Amino acid sequence: MFEKILFLLFLSSALAQELCEPGTSDGYKVRFSIRTALGSDAYAWNEDEKFLFRATLAYAMRKQKSELQFEVSNVIVCGETQRVSFWFVVTSPLNATRLISKVDVESAVRKSRPRINSAFLLTDKTLEFVGISPTLAAPVEPATPPWLIVFGVVMGLVAAGIVALLASSLVQRKRRKKEAHERHTQRHREENGSANEGVYNMSFSDNERVTQM
Amino acid sequence: MGEAKPSEVEERPKWDNKVQYLLTCIGFAVGLGNVWRFPYLCQIYGGGAFLIPYLIALVFEGLPLLYLELAIGQRLRMGSIGVWNAISPLLGGVGIASMIVSFLVGIFYNTILAWVLWYFFHSFQNPLPWSYCPLNESLTEYNVECEKSTSVNYFWYRETLNITPNIETSGSLQWWMVVCLASAWCVVYICFIKGIESMGKAVYVTATFPYLVLTIFLIRGLTLPGATDGLIYLFTPDWEILKNPQVWLDAATQIFFSLSVAFGGLIAFSSYNSERNNCERDAVLVGVINSATSLYASIPIFSILGFKATTAYNSCLQENILVLTNHFEISDQNITLDNYKQWFKYLNETHYEAVTSLQLKSCDLQTFLDQSASGTGLAFIVFTEAVKEMPASQIWAILFFVMLFCLGLSSMFGNIEGVLTPIRDLKMVPKWMPNEVLTGLVCLVSFLTALIFTLGSGNYWVEVFNGYVGSVPLLIIAFFEITAVIYIRGMKNFSEDLYFMTGRRPNIFWKACWMVISPVMLLVVLIAYVVIQAQQHPSYPAWNPDYDLFPQTEQTPYPDWVFAIIVLLCLVPVIPIPLVALYKLIRRAIRKPSARADPNPYCNDGFEIETHVVVRRRS
Repeated sequence: MFEKILFLLFLSSALAQELCEPGTSDGYKVRFSIRTALGSDAYAWNEDEKFLFRATLAYAMRKQKSELQFEVSNVIVCGETQRVSFWFVVTSPLNATRLISKVDVESAVRKSRPRINSAFLLTDKTLEFVGISPTLAAPVEPATPPWLIVFGVVMGLVAAGIVALLASSLVQRKRRKKEAHERHTQRHREENGSANEGVYNMSFSDNERVTQM
Repeated sequence: MGEAKPSEVEERPKWDNKVQYLLTCIGFAVGLGNVWRFPYLCQIYGGGAFLIPYLIALVFEGLPLLYLELAIGQRLRMGSIGVWNAISPLLGGVGIASMIVSFLVGIFYNTILAWVLWYFFHSFQNPLPWSYCPLNESLTEYNVECEKSTSVNYFWYRETLNITPNIETSGSLQWWMVVCLASAWCVVYICFIKGIESMGKAVYVTATFPYLVLTIFLIRGLTLPGATDGLIYLFTPDWEILKNPQVWLDAATQIFFSLSVAFGGLIAFSSYNSERNNCERDAVLVGVINSATSLYASIPIFSILGFKATTAYNSCLQENILVLTNHFEISDQNITLDNYKQWFKYLNETHYEAVTSLQLKSCDLQTFLDQSASGTGLAFIVFTEAVKEMPASQIWAILFFVMLFCLGLSSMFGNIEGVLTPIRDLKMVPKWMPNEVLTGLVCLVSFLTALIFTLGSGNYWVEVFNGYVGSVPLLIIAFFEITAVIYIRGMKNFSEDLYFMTGRRPNIFWKACWMVISPVMLLVVLIAYVVIQAQQHPSYPAWNPDYDLFPQTEQTPYPDWVFAIIVLLCLVPVIPIPLVALYKLIRRAIRKPSARADPNPYCNDGFEIETHVVVRRRS
């Protein structure tokens, strides 16, 4: 009895080893760059983290194929290195020897990529699935290009300034013309001798003997 | 005191105070070239060693020419055409040449300001638009042209200029560039609307703000990593370079163009001065401040370029580190920038074939430092690349482009003045047209002419104008200027003018420079310049995405019709000099000479003799 159990255990682990091999055509290689991403807050890579990875991937597979109930045991990890990189394959919950195709695994990972990243506090660059390129984030385009807004503000000020300066110089010129005209008519009146407007100034009358300025 | 009748002679406008005048002259002299040409020359010509030919050229060529222009303008109190007409009617062409050159330089210079405005408007975005590549149409990957070159190059060549592959393909008018160009001309107009009244107030800002920004950049730049590498690279003197005559030629031309002589603008500015202003001190002040600004500007520029080179070097190393870490499955962050060399040596020794098969990039700091640029390349490609790596990049970008705009705007004032004052002095303007309308007309005509530069091939045309209009014609005009004043007006008369204005006669240094050294230097520089230009068929760097070695620019030779235009651009400004002389000679021969029409009250010989007597009596 005891030997049978031992034999089954060996068999299952051997099978698992056979299913998952580095370089397998049905699995993907994953690279973690924890220290690059988190610096001094980096966590150590251990069995618990590996468990979390398998659980997250099982979650991703469940989301992709909602009819199948993927478990943690369906995700097999092998070929671990010091880099923190390893290979993984996903087996079907219905048949432990059958592997889920690469295409399905890829679409599952793509769909849940943000969730997988955030589970490990990493980004697309620091949690790399070799062969699955991240979808590019489209740059946010606001409705009105911001440069037009700045342009509008600046040009509005400049146009207002031009109008104001032109208006002020026009007003100044009109005022100067009016003053010159007034002075001209005032002198005409004085020259003609009609002193009805204004006060008769004694000192001015003296000046009539002296040469007019 | 009332006026008997409206006065026919309009009062010549005056500066509010001496500071305005000095700031205007300094602003005119200190321009974009101080920031993006001088540091480049310093770098390629052996750093500290370049200062020697530069300072020699300043003392023996720059200062004498500057003093001459300021003195003659202040004495004769007219713009460039009036001044040369007054010295001799045969020389009126020199003034017309100055006016044409000022106009041609003004139109392409303001286009550069339009580009600066475009970048300024775009600096208010987060992230900066030149820091990322846009996606292609199917949104699957980044734009191909941007991927192959860099996002900064893409933003400059494609989104700003929308440049065509060569100068023959004109492309169409780029509406956004037309808009920016119109804004630039509107800003110039508003500053010039009331002549030197409004301009004199504008220079308080435009002439001083660049120094503030340069200081801020200096402090920021010196604290960036890699700044010292940049500065050491810039200033390490290479004394061998002094044996190369090209260095001396470039130093002389740099001083000459940097001081903005021969444009006519300086003559116009000093003509608004009071008669007894010490123009000798002004000239020395302006010349020294101009050179000091060049030096001062090169420090933050090169700190930031050193930072950029270090950042690029570190990125290069990081890429290599990632490749090695991934291939050899080494623990993350075991290889760092500090121990990269030891790791590389160890891996190379133990796994030689594997390492060679990886084809790692060779990262060399010197190569990155050598990637220098001058002109628009420095401002819009190299500097923007550096700025996007700095924290709070928007602020630095905004400050930088406002500084460039102020530098260019204060130089534009001189160009516009060099066009407007001769027009007013020539009395070509009908009496009813107020100054504001004349200024507006000049700005409008310049704007319409400058629309060429908003075409797809506009940048190529700006380079043509920059290289050929602002070089040989100015040298010729300056040579005629110095000959006219010293030999036609006479050294004796000019000495008396200076005695009248400053209270002392010019000393032996000025006399020696004016009579011999400066004209000889100008002649040598002119001939050498023409000879060097004529030796190779001129070519230009074209941005051609279909080029084999893209993203490198393709050195394309100018087609023949462009070459003809280049020759025209060199000749058209200087043609008036002989033409006007010929015309006046013919007129003089045809009818008997009578009294000169419109005698200049300040250039009347009788008047001069009187002043001697008056001055002597006073002393």
